Amino acid sequence: MRVVLKIKRFNPERDREPYWAEYEVDVEPVDRVLDALEYVKWHLDGTLAFRRSCAHGICGSDAMLINGRNRLACKVLVKELGARITVEPLRGFPVIKDLVVDMEGFFAKYRAIKPYLINDEPPPETERRQSPEERARFDDTTKCILCAACTTSCPSFWANGEYIGPAAIVNAHRFIFDSRDRGAAERLAVLNARLGVWRCRTIFNCVEACPRGIDVTRAIAEVKRALLFSSL
Amino acid sequence: MTTVHRYDAVIVGAGGAGLRAALEVARVTPRVAVVSKLYPIRSHTGTAQGGIGAALGNMEEDHWEWHMFDTVKGSDYLADQDAVELMCQEAITCVYELEHWGLPFDRTPDGKIAQRRFGGHTRNFGEAPVRRACHAADRTGHMILQTLYQQCIKHEVTFFNEFHVLDLLLEDNVCRGVVALSLADGELHLFHAKAVLFATGGFGRMYKVTSNARSLTGDGVAIALRRGIPLEDMEFFQFHPTGIYKLGILISEAARGEGGVLRNRQGERFMERYAPTLLDLAPRDIISRCMYTEIREGRGIDGKDYLHLDLTHLGREVIEKKLPDITDFARTYLGIDPVREPIPVQPTAHYAMGGIPTDVRGRVILDEKNTPVLGFYAAGECACVSVHGANRLGTNSLVDILVFGKLAGRDMAEYIRGADFAPLPKDADGPAREECERLLTSNGSESVARLRETLQREMMDKASVFRTQEGLEAMLTTLKELKDRYRRVRLQDKGKIFNTDLQEALELGYLLDLAEVTVVSALARRESRGAHYREDFPKRNDAEWLKHTLAYRINGEFELRYKPVVITRFQPVERKY
Repeated sequence: MRVVLKIKRFNPERDREPYWAEYEVDVEPVDRVLDALEYVKWHLDGTLAFRRSCAHGICGSDAMLINGRNRLACKVLVKELGARITVEPLRGFPVIKDLVVDMEGFFAKYRAIKPYLINDEPPPETERRQSPEERARFDDTTKCILCAACTTSCPSFWANGEYIGPAAIVNAHRFIFDSRDRGAAERLAVLNARLGVWRCRTIFNCVEACPRGIDVTRAIAEVKRALLFSSL
Repeated sequence: MTTVHRYDAVIVGAGGAGLRAALEVARVTPRVAVVSKLYPIRSHTGTAQGGIGAALGNMEEDHWEWHMFDTVKGSDYLADQDAVELMCQEAITCVYELEHWGLPFDRTPDGKIAQRRFGGHTRNFGEAPVRRACHAADRTGHMILQTLYQQCIKHEVTFFNEFHVLDLLLEDNVCRGVVALSLADGELHLFHAKAVLFATGGFGRMYKVTSNARSLTGDGVAIALRRGIPLEDMEFFQFHPTGIYKLGILISEAARGEGGVLRNRQGERFMERYAPTLLDLAPRDIISRCMYTEIREGRGIDGKDYLHLDLTHLGREVIEKKLPDITDFARTYLGIDPVREPIPVQPTAHYAMGGIPTDVRGRVILDEKNTPVLGFYAAGECACVSVHGANRLGTNSLVDILVFGKLAGRDMAEYIRGADFAPLPKDADGPAREECERLLTSNGSESVARLRETLQREMMDKASVFRTQEGLEAMLTTLKELKDRYRRVRLQDKGKIFNTDLQEALELGYLLDLAEVTVVSALARRESRGAHYREDFPKRNDAEWLKHTLAYRINGEFELRYKPVVITRFQPVERKY
C-alpha cells in the first residue's frame, strides 16, 4: 500500500524553524512505522535522523509522536494508521535533529529517585528470599523501558518541564514495593517535593502511551497512597 | 578540535559485559568511563528473554559439572574446557550477585529464584532436560541490563552516551585508548587510557533475517582486526531456530522450555525423528538444520520456508504469565494469538561464537601462544574466550557477559594499578578523521542501503546454516565487489549533527570486513562442527579440525593460523541428543 509520511523536520545546522516534509512510501500493511521511516532514510532522503535499535519494542529508542499519539515506531503497524501518517518528535524535550530529542533531563529525573536497590543488610550466601506474592507486588513496573512515551504525553509535564514525570515515579514504585528494598522513605521524600508526584492530575495519557502496557496511573496512585498513609 | 579525555579505564559498549566490567573497575578507581553509541539501557542485552543458566539446583538436583558437560557437548567439543569450567562455577555466584543487587527474578513457592528448562541443558550428563535457566518472565535480559545500569548509577560510573568508537590506539603491543565520534555534534573525542575493554556485541546485521538490533554491526571486532588483532572461530555463527517469519524477531527458547513444540505442514512434531531424547530442546544448531531440512524436503508450512511453533496446548495462563513479551510480539507483528494459533517461525541469525580472542582474564591475545596485548581487554559476544566453541547453548550468553565481564573488569582493575599511561601515538585521531572525511566527501554513486541489502541477502544465501565450497567462493567474489563499490559510496547527509547517514556507512564498512573473515574462515574449515555445516564435508573431523581458527588480516591479505583446544574433563565423542 502507498502511504504519505508527513515528518516534522528540523536540522539546526540548516533550518531556522521546524518544517513538515512529505514522502510517499510503498509499504506492506504489516510493516512497522519504523520500516517506513527507514525506507525514507535509505531510499529517499539520507539526511533524516531518528533513533532506533532493537526494532521490536524492547530497547526504547524510537518513541515518537505518531498520528498524535506517543508510540514506538517499531511497535505500530502501518495498517493501524491508514494512508496518512504524521510523525513528530516527543513533546517537551529539546530537539537535537528531526525526530531525535535530548533525553538528558529525562534520565536525570530517573537518577533522582535513586533507581537501585537500597539495602545495607549483609546479603545471605545465596539469594534473598521473596515470595511469589511479594514479587508480583511490583511486577508491572519492572517492565519499564525508559522510552519516555509516558512522561512526554503528560499535560502536567508539558505545563512544567521540571515535573518529575510518570516514568520516574514508575521506577520509584518498582523499588518502593519491592520487599527487599529499604529505601522507600528516601524516594518518597523526593516524590513528595513540590515537583513530585502531586503534580499528577490523573489524566491517564501515560497509561495510553505506555508501549509496555504498564498501568502507570495506578502505580502513581499507589505511590501517593504510600505517601498519605505510609502504608508500605 | 578533538577533545582529549583521560581515564584509567575506558569501557566500550554499555551492554551486560561492559556494565559488569565497569562495576568491577569502579571498586578501585572512579576514573572509569563507559563509552557507548547508544544510551545504556538500549543495548542488546535487554532483548535476551528466557533466562540465565546457573546450577543453583533450586527446583531439582543440579551441579555445575553437569552445566559444564552440556556446554562442552553443545559446543561440539570446540570450547576450551578450562574456561567453561570456570564459567559454570562462577555462574552461580554471578546470579546471586544480581539478586543481591535487586534483580527481580521469578520465585519458587519457597521464595528462591525460579528456574526453567532450556535447550541442551540436562541432568546427569545428558539424561533428560533440567531446570537451570533462572528467569524473570521472558524479559530476563531486560532485567539484567536494568539492574547493572542501576548499580552503575549507584556507584557513579561516568557515561559517554551516543559516542561511537571508531578506532583503537594500539602501538608496540600496548593499548593507549580509543577515538570516538560524538553523535550529537559530530566532533571527535580522544580517550587516553591505561586500559580499554571492548564489549561491543555481535554482528548479526550481516544477515538478512536476524534477531539482532540495528546497532549490532561488529564495530569493535572489526576495529580490532584492522589494528592487527586476529579473530577467532569466525566461521561459527549461530542461527536461532525460532525467529518470527520474515522479521527475525526472537521467540525465546523458553517457549519450548515451557513445553512448546515445532511442527511441519503435516502437523508432525518432526524433532522426534532427529533428537529422540531432547526433542524440541536439542541445541540450536541441530534444530535449525532440521528445520532447513524439513523446508527443503517440502514440509514447510504451505510448502514455504517456515514452520510452526505450537504453544496452543500450554493454555492461556502459562502463555500470558510466563511468556508475556513473546505473546505480545506475536499479537503485534503477526496478529496471531499464540493461545489459539501456532506461530510461524524460521531460523534467524542470532549469535557470533567467534570474535576477539581472549584468555579467561579477558585479556586480548595476539597469537596461538596466548601472548596478551597489554591493556586491551574484550568480553561478551564480541570476544571469544572460547566458552561456546562451535555452538552456544541458550542462556550461556548471559552467563558469559556476567562472568567474563566481571573477570575482565577485575583484571583491568589490577592492571591499571601497576601501569602508567602509555604516550598517545602521533596524530592519534588522524585515521578516524580521514575515514569520516573520506565518506563525507566521496562523490561516488553507490548507496549504503543497497550495498547492505546485497550483503545481507547474499550472506543469508551462501554463508548461513548450510554451506558449500562453491557458495562460499562465490560469496568471497561478491564481497570483493561490494568492498570495491563501498569505496564509492555517496552520503546525502554531509552535516555534523546526529549524522546517522555517516554512522550507517561506517557500520557497513565493519560488516563487510567481518563477513569476509567469516567466509574465509568457513572456506578453510573442511568439516562440519556445531553451527558450521559444510554440505561437501558433512562429518566432524577431529583428527584434522579439533582446533580454533585465528584469522589475521595483514596488508589486506588473510592469514589463517590455528590454536589447539583445551580439553580437560570431557573427551570428544559423537554428539547425539
